[in-house]
Amino acid sequence: MNDIEVEKITKRFGEFTAVDEVSFTVAHGELFGLLGPNGAGKSTLIRMLTTLTAPTSGAARVLGHDVVRAANEVRRSIGVIPQAMTSDVELSAEENMVIFARLYGVPKDRRKRVIRDLLGAVQLADWADKPVRTFSGGMRRRLEIARGLVHEPKIFFLDEPTTGLDPVSRVAVWEMLERLKRERDLTILITTHYLEEADKLCNRVAIVDHGKLVALDSPMTLKASIPGNNVLEVSFSSVPEGWIETLRQLPDVQSVSATDHVFRIASNNGPITTVNLFEAARRNSISVSSLSVQSTTLDDVFVHYTGRQLRDRAQENPRYDVSFMYNRQ
Amino acid sequence: MQRIWAIIERDLRKFQHSPFLMFASLILPLTQLVILGYAFGGNVKNLKVGVVDQDHGMAAVKLREMIGAVEANASTFQTVDYSDLNRAVIDLRNAKLSAVVNIPPHFTRDVLAQANPQVGLIVDNTDNFVASTLEGAFGNLVSDYYKNGVDARMQPRLALQTVEVYGYTPYIKFLLPGAIALAIFITAMIGGGIIFIDDKARGLHEGYLVTPITKIELILGFNLAGAFKGVLAGLVLTVFGSLIAGIQNPLDPLRLAKMIILIVPTSVAFISMMFLMMVRISDPLVPRAIFGVLNTLLYFPSGAIYPVNAFPAWMRVITTIDPFTYAVHGFSTLLLKNTGFGAIAGDIVFLSVFSVIMMASAAALFQRTL
Repeated sequence: MNDIEVEKITKRFGEFTAVDEVSFTVAHGELFGLLGPNGAGKSTLIRMLTTLTAPTSGAARVLGHDVVRAANEVRRSIGVIPQAMTSDVELSAEENMVIFARLYGVPKDRRKRVIRDLLGAVQLADWADKPVRTFSGGMRRRLEIARGLVHEPKIFFLDEPTTGLDPVSRVAVWEMLERLKRERDLTILITTHYLEEADKLCNRVAIVDHGKLVALDSPMTLKASIPGNNVLEVSFSSVPEGWIETLRQLPDVQSVSATDHVFRIASNNGPITTVNLFEAARRNSISVSSLSVQSTTLDDVFVHYTGRQLRDRAQENPRYDVSFMYNRQ
Repeated sequence: MQRIWAIIERDLRKFQHSPFLMFASLILPLTQLVILGYAFGGNVKNLKVGVVDQDHGMAAVKLREMIGAVEANASTFQTVDYSDLNRAVIDLRNAKLSAVVNIPPHFTRDVLAQANPQVGLIVDNTDNFVASTLEGAFGNLVSDYYKNGVDARMQPRLALQTVEVYGYTPYIKFLLPGAIALAIFITAMIGGGIIFIDDKARGLHEGYLVTPITKIELILGFNLAGAFKGVLAGLVLTVFGSLIAGIQNPLDPLRLAKMIILIVPTSVAFISMMFLMMVRISDPLVPRAIFGVLNTLLYFPSGAIYPVNAFPAWMRVITTIDPFTYAVHGFSTLLLKNTGFGAIAGDIVFLSVFSVIMMASAAALFQRTL
């Protein structure tokens, strides 16, 4: 039995379909990623799996328990880190942990040890009695990860765990997640819109766009599945008639697209295509203004399956933007 | 049970780390108690009254001497002599005077002839307090006009003897019960309203909804935690307010114990009412926007600052269903009359039933999912 089983799960808000018949499974011990831009339906999907919202149709089971009919059994066996920072800033790190330990019914005789061990695991042992308002964003997120594990769940859900963190803190959270997964035999499902995060952390990645699951496999397999494992981004001093067709004829070129005078060429052999590109430009009396060559990324995968880049999507505003009221946020 | 206590513990620990919340809850009621208590509790003094004597006879002189005696002793008013009634009325209209006493021509003749003599009192009735005070002062003065020396022990006519059961009760004491209820209400408003919605808007509730806590446990936890804070606020204001208002034996343990027994259902009633109002609200501006409206709608019709018997019929409907009314009545009975439970049993019953209805309604409306 898989730890998580999702069958054609759908969520509608009035006329709007946020999640549209998504199906997938997550095996035990896997670190599974839901990758997509803001508004793709990732958070809605994870909220259904964590019993925060009921699906409109379809079904999902977590450790064999239906998320609607056996919601409390699901809650007992999962840890959840919502996207918003949910730790109480007025309380200390230890107090936050104690409250959640009590909510999950962690026996009193084990509570202290579990909390001490977890705070040590997330490198916050020295900050146990400090108020959370003094923590950085990364520290606060680490505390919430520790808090989510206080009842020793088998499945851990994290909704955009590194959003808003600086690069150093983000890497620290990644390393911590990988270590915790190893040490505690966890199954982890994360949602993210960071390509590097999905690429680095996840055993498998499901790409979600407009509520639909458009691709699912390991990052390596996904990247290998699209034509061309190198991507050249090049711009020219001028663009003669039929230039895009000329580029398509170059050896090893799989596909060419153009956006704002920048040509994006997927090739099986980046160096060879580079030489041929310069030669073609010389023959047509044009010069190369800029050139970059990189290996295929998940962004390329996203472009391949959705027709646009993941990194270009604008941030959507939350329903109630109250950030102006809270200087601490 | 443990999960309920976890929610209560969380709320109280937050409260412990933010004592300013308690302070903020008490500022308005204490300020109102002191300012309103002393602003409304005093006697009106030094009102400018114009005197127009158009008679100048013996009876007029006697009347003017009596007016002068009141002026010198009670200082309710200061007289200003006018020779022209029209001039005096003009000054009254221009707010230079609060009233004009007109002793008409032939006043002495009418007094001696016992022919229904009259003295005119022209008042500025745009200020009811002042007008009532002057009417009372001059009414008494006119009643005493025919008295000669000390009254006989045995009076031939019907007289009213007033006996005050309790000691003199200045207005600040009258206000104290309402101030205590207000402190509890503000604590409920801030803790059960504003902070609850703020936490919801920041997504903090998601952290709790993913745990195995049930809907009832969440509701009970939030309400009991809020009620505890309300009880603290009520107790603090009972003690400090009693000291300020001059309640005898403010730390009397038996009276404090009785007050706690009433403060508890009051606190539960207010927090459960706030919780019901906010149960489906997500916008943090809503509790802030309605704070003033609620305060006015609940506090003023409760009899906290003016007797409910003076209210029009439509306002008495609000009075009847308003939990403030029963809280104020109960606190007033305990603090000002120092009675037993019999006198406040009805208040406790109403507040308890009210709480149950509010919490049951909130439970029906509360959404366990987002």
